[in-house]
Amino acid sequence: MKVELTVNGAPVAWEIAPGDRLLDSLRAHGCASVKRGCETGDCGCCTILLDGEPAASCVVATAAARGRNVVTLEGLRGDPLLARLQEAFLAEGAVQCGYCTPALLLVAWTLLQSGGPVDEATARHALSGSLCRCTGYVKPLRALLAVAGRPGAQLRGGRGENGLRGRPAAAPRGEERP
Amino acid sequence: MSVEAPERAAGPNGVVGANATRVDGLALVRGEPVFTDDVHPEGMLWAKVLASPHAHARIVRVDAARALAHPGVVAVLWHADVKPILHTRAGQSWPEPSPYDTTVLPEKVRHVGDRVAVVAARTLRAAEEALALIDVEYALLPAILDPEEALRRTDVLIHEAPDPRGIGGGGRDNVAARIDIRVGDVEGALAAADLVVERVYHVPRVQASHLEPHVAIAWLDPDGRLVVKTSTQVPFHLRRILARVLEIPEARIRVIKPRVGGGFGDKQEMVIEDLVALLALRTGKPVRLEMTRAEELIAARHRHPQRITLTTGVMRDGRIVANRMAVLADTGAYGSHALTVQGNTGQKVLPLYPCPNLHFHVDCVYTNTPICGAFRGYGAPQGFFALESQVDVIARELGMDPLEVRRLNHIREGQTDPLSARLGEGKSGLVRVVRSSGLAEAITRGAEAIGWGRKRRPSAPHLRRGLGVALAMQGSGIAGVDWAAATVKLNDDGSVNLLVGATDIGQGSDTVLAQICAQTLGLPLSKVIVLSSDTDLTPFDVGAYASSTTYVSGGAVEKAARELRGQLAAILAGKWGCAAEAIAFADERARGPDGRSLSMREVALTALYEAKTQPAATASHMSNESPPPFAAQFADVEVDVETGEVFVRRFVSAVDCGVAINPQLTEGQIEGAVAQALGYALFEEVLIDDQGRVRNPNFLDYKIATAMDMPELVTLLVPAPEPTGPYGAKAAGEVPIDGPAPAILNAIADAVGVRITRLPATPERVWQALREKAKRDLASAS
Ligand code: FES
Ligand code: FES
Repeated sequence: MKVELTVNGAPVAWEIAPGDRLLDSLRAHGCASVKRGCETGDCGCCTILLDGEPAASCVVATAAARGRNVVTLEGLRGDPLLARLQEAFLAEGAVQCGYCTPALLLVAWTLLQSGGPVDEATARHALSGSLCRCTGYVKPLRALLAVAGRPGAQLRGGRGENGLRGRPAAAPRGEERP
Repeated sequence: MSVEAPERAAGPNGVVGANATRVDGLALVRGEPVFTDDVHPEGMLWAKVLASPHAHARIVRVDAARALAHPGVVAVLWHADVKPILHTRAGQSWPEPSPYDTTVLPEKVRHVGDRVAVVAARTLRAAEEALALIDVEYALLPAILDPEEALRRTDVLIHEAPDPRGIGGGGRDNVAARIDIRVGDVEGALAAADLVVERVYHVPRVQASHLEPHVAIAWLDPDGRLVVKTSTQVPFHLRRILARVLEIPEARIRVIKPRVGGGFGDKQEMVIEDLVALLALRTGKPVRLEMTRAEELIAARHRHPQRITLTTGVMRDGRIVANRMAVLADTGAYGSHALTVQGNTGQKVLPLYPCPNLHFHVDCVYTNTPICGAFRGYGAPQGFFALESQVDVIARELGMDPLEVRRLNHIREGQTDPLSARLGEGKSGLVRVVRSSGLAEAITRGAEAIGWGRKRRPSAPHLRRGLGVALAMQGSGIAGVDWAAATVKLNDDGSVNLLVGATDIGQGSDTVLAQICAQTLGLPLSKVIVLSSDTDLTPFDVGAYASSTTYVSGGAVEKAARELRGQLAAILAGKWGCAAEAIAFADERARGPDGRSLSMREVALTALYEAKTQPAATASHMSNESPPPFAAQFADVEVDVETGEVFVRRFVSAVDCGVAINPQLTEGQIEGAVAQALGYALFEEVLIDDQGRVRNPNFLDYKIATAMDMPELVTLLVPAPEPTGPYGAKAAGEVPIDGPAPAILNAIADAVGVRITRLPATPERVWQALREKAKRDLASAS
């Protein structure tokens, strides 16, 4: 079957099999920045922008993307905000293996692009759907906050969900310092 | 090979010690196709593995007729198609200390997820469909899932005689590896001690969960040589093991490692490469195999679960006089790293508190569960959980500050470690002398950063707050075993190619090695072009494991760069009529004693076009030492007494890894290790059901830390320059993963007075322990 959609600004018509996932279709068509980490929607490595919103492309059927607008990191080449994020990621040491990096950049870009106020909590929240096994998130968060106008921000930590994702934390963080 | 004195100070060039940007960073932030699966050769086939649904069964017959009739299917192989050559998949130096208990496709499956058959097809879909079309007849065997049962029973053998080479119990029982080492007189010392503390600790199976799965593509080049592009930590070991199982010479095999999306030990093993290689040879086509996340959690490697019984004798003043550690470990279905991981549980751990009387005993058994192997820390996180929990129990019993007990006992500069001498990579090791230690300072600075001894309020009425500490040490490579080589070659413009076998798996070794090279030659980092881990193009390296790369491979790079410098100095000395030793290299210039100087470009042109010689050097480096890096780690936690949930609020790591060649990359190693260890402490565990199946083979049920889970991290580098390391460096990759679990559990005990001895400390376990304590308190009050 054929499916028509817009990928990185260009209309494409792909020959696909029913059941093909957007992740595989994108990778097969040269979008190597979209990575496969779990195929169950849990790791975030395959994040793309689907009509402007971050989405896990491994759980989107390619057929369901018909007529929609898909942007991957390749499509943001030359974007000044992305360039600043990329520079900040390199300067802050936010890249280790780099496998999660395209996804982290995309969600960071989306957060900053939205223009709302960005602090540690919003930044953590934005990254919370993207796993990184290498960095402990400190340096990616610092890079994001630096581009958000908070260079050298002191990170106070997340709520501590202990893997109980989606559950409300038992209490707000203790703010007192001796 | 003699160990020359390495360069002590970084000197004026300032590349070593700088937060240089990763040399591979630009490609990674641009999302360029630099990983194994990002580029596919023409006409590539897709492979899939048919996994055993049974924990223990003989494969009587495989009928692939229906699968082969599928129009997309090209090949199906099972054990009858492949010569059974015993080997180990563990990527270790030859001769490997792991038992040869594995064949490419087994005649008997030994865990749910074990290999039954492998398919190559024109599309991934066809390969997946083919799996359902393979008819297998199994003869079921009784399965042993519990290590205690495995140790007891000899009526069911997971690896039976005739003895596959090197199994601890000789194939007459289920023991894969056994260790028993005594130093001094433990029984006597325990009898004479003022206090004897004995506790049993349990540590779980966890999985490395690098985000890039195992993935490999193999093909035949135009000359018919086998090329394997793969996400590995051990390209050279892999080539050697492939040669053995495929019965073709190493000369006919080329292994290429592109960028790797994390390894953490799980890629220190031939997990899939033999299958793609075999299929490429049989079909003549390129073949690609990638594991799914479920396959990763079932059929990649797990950290060995252990039961550790620790018996410690202490004097009233807090001095530790005897330690007995008895380990029952589960290696799962095969013995990858069985001996050496378990050896590390004692060898890397017990020397932290030197005492004259030690007894270290290990029974590492096979069970019909997924295979355990290497995972960052390599046995040490298990041992340190026991030891560092125990020290807190001791401090409590003696009424001492836990930090004081540690200060009193910990190893110091000049001390030796008696276990290393008895335990190498499965043979007798070398005596380890601590030549550098920043541990005392790390304790002081870490304690200050966490606010040790200062009472703090919990942030809500149902929360209790506590502080905990743990110390750790590791090694820098395997003394007398790990070695590496590097080649440096000068180009016309004064730049150099640095060719290293060392394996960058994300930790940043290409960058660190380039920094060492640039520093030694007086070049900026941009003038060093790194090529790593291609068995056709780069010299040998054992690979990325045992915290060896900066210390061992870095030593090779420094030597090669110095040799090159010597060659250039000799050429210039002839030209300038001065002594070669008098020529200095810095700021991209060579300077003679009389002030004459040439840019490196001019030096290169002189060498290449006047002297007509290619300045190039290859050097090898091995160290008979494995200087330990040290860590003092501190946790500030809150425990919810109503739900048992634990919230780590702040975590401090003070780490002595010698001089940090790149402090930012080093911090990144520490922060990432803490994130992984946080899961070990609180929420990661691979769960196995009573049929031997993994119950949680996905990231929804097997949790790893997200950005929300991470506490405030404070990372302090406390460098004690190591005299035997390049520019004073030691290792950093593993030591910070050892301390967080005991530090957090000690903080829980400090907060609510319950000692959890089984990881992870899930809310259920903490809540249960709180309830039992409440009952005990009530009983003693009445
Ligand atoms: S691959 Fe899509 S979320 Fe993991
Ligand atoms: S940098 Fe490796 S997973 Fe994030």
